[in-house]
Amino acid sequence: MVTALVLTGCQVPGFGAFPGKTAQGQDAFKLWQGFFIAGLVIGVFVFVLILWAVFRYRRRSEEMPNQTQYHTLFEIAYTVVPIVVVLVMFVFVFVTENNITAISDKQHVTVNVTAFQWGWEFQYPQYSNVKVIGVETQTPQMVVPAGETVRIFLRSDDVIHGFYVPEFNYSMYAQPGRTNQFDLNITRTGTYRGQCTQFCGLYHSLMLFSVRAVTPGAFQSWAQQEESSQSSSNSSSGPAQQNLGNQSQSLKSPSAAAPLTSHTAKGAIGD
Amino acid sequence: MTEVISRPLSGGAPEVPVVHDDGTDHGHAEHGATGILKWLTSTDHKVIGVSYMITSLVMFYLAGIMALIMRLQLWDPHSSLVTPQAFNELFTMHGSLMLYLFAGPFAFGGLANYIVPLQVGAPDMAFPRLNALSYWLYLTGSITILMGFFVAGGAASFGWVAYAPLSSAVNSPGAGADVWMMGLALTGFSAIFTGVNLCGTIFYLRAPGMTMFRMPIFTWNMLVTGILILIAFPVLTAAIVMLFADRHFGTHIYDVLGCHLISGRPTPNACGSPLLWQNLFWFFGHPEVYILALPFFGIVTEVLPVFSRKPVFGYKGMVFATLSIAALSTGVWAHHMFTTGAVLLPFFSLLSLLIAVPTGIKFFNWIGTMWRGQLLFRTPMMFSLGFLFAFLMGGVTGVMLAAPPIDFFTHDTYFVVAHFHQVLFGTAVFAGFAGLYYWYPKMFGRMLNEKLGHWHFWLTFIGFWLTFMPQYVVGLKGMPRRVAYYPSGLGWQIYNQLSTIGAFMIALGFLLLLINFVVSWRNPVLAGDNPWDAHTLEWFTTSPPPHHNYTHLPPIRSERPTWDYNHPDALALKHGPHATASGNGRNGSDGSKEKVSV
Repeated sequence: MVTALVLTGCQVPGFGAFPGKTAQGQDAFKLWQGFFIAGLVIGVFVFVLILWAVFRYRRRSEEMPNQTQYHTLFEIAYTVVPIVVVLVMFVFVFVTENNITAISDKQHVTVNVTAFQWGWEFQYPQYSNVKVIGVETQTPQMVVPAGETVRIFLRSDDVIHGFYVPEFNYSMYAQPGRTNQFDLNITRTGTYRGQCTQFCGLYHSLMLFSVRAVTPGAFQSWAQQEESSQSSSNSSSGPAQQNLGNQSQSLKSPSAAAPLTSHTAKGAIGD
Repeated sequence: MTEVISRPLSGGAPEVPVVHDDGTDHGHAEHGATGILKWLTSTDHKVIGVSYMITSLVMFYLAGIMALIMRLQLWDPHSSLVTPQAFNELFTMHGSLMLYLFAGPFAFGGLANYIVPLQVGAPDMAFPRLNALSYWLYLTGSITILMGFFVAGGAASFGWVAYAPLSSAVNSPGAGADVWMMGLALTGFSAIFTGVNLCGTIFYLRAPGMTMFRMPIFTWNMLVTGILILIAFPVLTAAIVMLFADRHFGTHIYDVLGCHLISGRPTPNACGSPLLWQNLFWFFGHPEVYILALPFFGIVTEVLPVFSRKPVFGYKGMVFATLSIAALSTGVWAHHMFTTGAVLLPFFSLLSLLIAVPTGIKFFNWIGTMWRGQLLFRTPMMFSLGFLFAFLMGGVTGVMLAAPPIDFFTHDTYFVVAHFHQVLFGTAVFAGFAGLYYWYPKMFGRMLNEKLGHWHFWLTFIGFWLTFMPQYVVGLKGMPRRVAYYPSGLGWQIYNQLSTIGAFMIALGFLLLLINFVVSWRNPVLAGDNPWDAHTLEWFTTSPPPHHNYTHLPPIRSERPTWDYNHPDALALKHGPHATASGNGRNGSDGSKEKVSV
């Protein structure tokens, strides 16, 4: 505990975690602060008890200590008190979890995120399926509006991946055969780094992406610009299609360069 | 042959070389086989236990070397020491060796095999030949897993959890994956047989007077561990069989590829599910965490009272805490899967948080055991204290991870790596080696060197904090686990370098352990029967014990028969202000010199 404080330096209020650049991330951050303080208090209490026992009761003589075996009152106390503490903590967990996983019914920008070995595809169904693809040699960027609700539909083409943006205090698995959805309410514009967290094979370490949060106006103009430049190569394709049928083609490539070609080829066939 | 009965031990004078050995090898006369043949054919639980410990220690050192190579790779963000493929093989095998082949087998195959029959006053395990089969299956399985390094395509490289569909034939085509699965199935059977043996021994072979509530806590914990093994390991073995069928027999239990093939159109919900693997694996995996923890809790509960010269505080609370941990551990597996988005039920969070309660009870009981005692800091005690600090830190961060909102941003980062290493290092290493230092004199009749032991402890203890505390920090900064490279310029490097330095300190400590073994072998300091003035039955017989363990037993009137026998004068002290329950030892006060023949 003490070491953790020293190591995290002067960011004591954050205890090493990011304050969160999304509304959801800020909720998680507050829970983290609460848990850290609770953990610190309990941890230091037990730590001091152990240290006290170690230093106070060093063997100084051959005198036989009292052979105490039970103390019912203490035993009941340290059973009941932790139960109460845990239940109180659970209430906070429950409330925060519901806030973070809540799906809003307001207007939102949808992004279909597809993970594959070893890159990402970001597709915007509301903007003629504008698409951004990148692999480990060429990091893709997801452009989204700040200050609006962004709905992510997350899935994978091959193995399980993890969609993780540290500064959002959030991660979620991208899985084959299952689509996860969640909302991000990014509060500040900026570029945030993201990375695959769930081990997914050879080049897992290099499966990076970034999120660029811009003003809603800038987002609109970016999307329209992309629409016009991509319109020639894109035909219509629903957000939930273009999946399982072509999986086998994007699997297991021997070299770093191969996934790029195989996936691009697959995308073309799929559409 | 043995004059142990007539000689009450006076206090703890550890290094007095008391020789009872009259020169003949106990047991061999009646058993015949000696030398290498003894090790190959024996069904004696002590021989098998030592074989288990030697094999699991070899696995521990091998896995440690793999960890050192990984730490060297991470010294630099773009190090080219090993290839990404080699790195993936290294962390897969490091985890597999440490969890499947060291921590479990060392505890329930090694220490428990040796100690449990002695602690309950039994001549051997309930099924000695099954016990031998367990060991040979374990050895064969271990060699099979290690063979992965020598097949084309290299060893398994999908992590020790082998998540589907990364572990499928398409994504992991090599034979390394197959030998990993075969080896795991073999060691799984070995564990199941050992679980049966432990339960059978503890239920049926207890000596007269050894009631359930007089069993040492170590034996209690091994009973519960045995039951957990019977709950968890068959699930793993079955899951692996299905994975193998997916890989070789064309089934589609864990992959969605087959959905398309069977129905002709992409209908993800119609057939196989990668999530099923995770559910099955963690239904094994979370009880497994406690299979790897309870034996070590038991060791600490043996060591702390002996070196505090007090009985276990809250013995019955300890037993019920163990039982509730076991019960809760079967209902928390989905906390490994919060970020799948599929099992995000508050139930799993609540149960995970609740496990902190019985664990907390254990902590307070351990502190209560030391409270107002006479603490003597021999090496086993030092390692037990190291366990307390390590497990405290690992436990507190574990409570944090039980909260899904916190788990979301720490899952699969180095925060989790630091957490489970603090838990598992705390149990399997600190408590495990506390057990080794504690029982080594019983097993080999000679002491380990105290000075080397203390150096071993301090190097390991300081190295431990230096290795894992920076990993919490770098995890919160966003560094994922299982990466061979990481971006430079994010300030992650310094934490990784601190970690690497710490890892090498630990390695140095464990080099000293090897030296300690050599010293004890070359220049033996004889241990005598009971060098620690310990409490439990195993310290009543000779060191090492004769072939069938006991020629005589002391009266068993409490959970500390050897102590009662050696301290008839201390019985009066038992009736302290709060020594109420169970009336331990009262009946023994007038009969402490009586003998029970077996």
